[in-house]
Amino acid sequence: MEALTTNNESVTVKPRKKTGFWRSVIRQKYLYLMSIPFVIWLFVFNYLPLWGWTMAFQNYKPSRSFGEQEWVGLDQFSRLFQDDQFYLVLRNTLAMSLMGLVVGFLFPIVFAILLNEVKNMGFKRITQTVSYLPHFVSWVVVAGIISSMLSLDGIVNQLLVWLHILDEPVQFMAKGKWFWGIVTGSDVWKETGWNAIIYLAAITGIDKELYEAARVDGAGRFRQMWNITMPGIRSTIMVLFIMSIGHLLSIGFEKQMLLGNSLVSDYSQVLDLYALNYGIKIAHFSYGTAISMFNSVISIILLFTANGLFKKFAKESIM
Amino acid sequence: MAGKAFNLTRSERVFNIVNYTLLGLVLVVTLYPFLNVLAISLNDSTDTVRGGIYIWPRQFTLDNYNTIFGYTSLIQGFKISVYRTLIGTVLGLISSSMLAYTLSRPDFRSRKFISTFLALTMYFSGGMVPVYILMRDLHLIGTFGIYVLPGIVSAFNVFVIRSFIDGLPYALQESAKLDGANDFQVYYRVILPLCKPVLATIALFLAVGQWNSWFDTYLYNGNKPDLTTLQYELMKILDSTQQGSAMANANDLANQMAQVSPESIKMAITIVVTVPILVVYPFLQRYFVGGMTLGAVKA
Repeated sequence: MEALTTNNESVTVKPRKKTGFWRSVIRQKYLYLMSIPFVIWLFVFNYLPLWGWTMAFQNYKPSRSFGEQEWVGLDQFSRLFQDDQFYLVLRNTLAMSLMGLVVGFLFPIVFAILLNEVKNMGFKRITQTVSYLPHFVSWVVVAGIISSMLSLDGIVNQLLVWLHILDEPVQFMAKGKWFWGIVTGSDVWKETGWNAIIYLAAITGIDKELYEAARVDGAGRFRQMWNITMPGIRSTIMVLFIMSIGHLLSIGFEKQMLLGNSLVSDYSQVLDLYALNYGIKIAHFSYGTAISMFNSVISIILLFTANGLFKKFAKESIM
Repeated sequence: MAGKAFNLTRSERVFNIVNYTLLGLVLVVTLYPFLNVLAISLNDSTDTVRGGIYIWPRQFTLDNYNTIFGYTSLIQGFKISVYRTLIGTVLGLISSSMLAYTLSRPDFRSRKFISTFLALTMYFSGGMVPVYILMRDLHLIGTFGIYVLPGIVSAFNVFVIRSFIDGLPYALQESAKLDGANDFQVYYRVILPLCKPVLATIALFLAVGQWNSWFDTYLYNGNKPDLTTLQYELMKILDSTQQGSAMANANDLANQMAQVSPESIKMAITIVVTVPILVVYPFLQRYFVGGMTLGAVKA
């Protein structure tokens, strides 16, 4: 109804420019045939689950219809905020996402800059191709590899003992305090090369004459990296940084689920796993929805905050 | 190039040495685990228990591979994984290219609305439980459809293809129209053939995503042995022993698991799961580098 009136209005305001909406639908029928099915698809699989958020305000029983559900207001949320486990899970989520943000952000930049300084094209290409490899391998395989490398007789323990850093092998995968680092490290191993692609592309766009000029002025390699390459990819860095802040809490659960075990669960439980365990495994659908909803709302707030800060900050520093 | 080498200053030379060493280290750290897995998978499984296999098998054998090709659950999982990869990739390519084409048309009346509708999906998700309930209500749980239907439209892929189409000369479409082609024919006859490079990229993304996913099987189809995927079977095998070895006093369990699937067998399965991707990705490299860059600029 509302959409209809706005359409009529726009037609009356600019009668000259636009033909009627339905007429253009008929004229562009193939474009609509090629897009509307997917819009419906998006609606069903991406927008309908949002309707499911109503479950967070109910005491949802699968056997009842929507009208018969019992509405409980914010009870699920107050239960959530009173649960000690929730704060533990939130701590783990924040810790791993912050570690991932910092390390996962710095490594690709450094890797791209260092790779850009390599003048031997063969070595450059091989290093780059190999660096993508782990990105294409599933987390199942990566988790298997990581736990075998970190096992008691794994290569990491052997190296550390051989270098006299450790006196005896450590069971890394069984120590809670190591878990965050293991997850962050695995992520760096898997994604650094892949994430560096964008920076390498941005570096390629920098004017070569700038480097020539700097060299004439006597700038060394470090000065060139710092004063030409870094500013050259600065806007790319900023945009990607905002995007990763927006996804700060949605760090997923794959790594945590595959790398974790019962001995480290105090450090490996994250919001999504918590939602899985409560919401689906023991069928507390409403409680699980409240957890997911909390996660989404915080993520959106973070995204807008980051974007706002960036606008303000960028105005002062770039313009 | 070669002449310049003589002019390198001392600090330049030091820099080069440090840089090559660091990157060489990255190379070793990335490659070693794969070579190690390969070596263990090619080593006699009772000999592997003694440890000390690095990048070369000590007692070379193909027995592990022979053994795993006898596991019916793995063969079945392999089939399901291949099906979902093929079907999911084809469906995903059709949907994202069609949608991308309509969104690239500046004269398309509903372009803005659909773009926004699509872009919004990149920033929120209903969450695990609402999605689960939806799948249940749609009766997709316990079916093959759950692997390919939910992910048919992906905003990122659509935007990557659209920015590629935006780079093509619009005159091509106009001349096709003058020849009497309708919008669908323009898409099919003009746009699709020109989009091969970007479609190769998206096909790789889709195929890798399908091949690598295991969680949908875990969540929705774990109790349907004829629908479980290769990744899920691998996950079960790796997971059981990891739990076993993590529990220090559960020696019995660990031994039992070790008998069911020794290290060498596990590594052979890992290789089988990984090889299809290793074969494909280097050839598609120049495409996906371009695709990633396009996506990042626009998204």
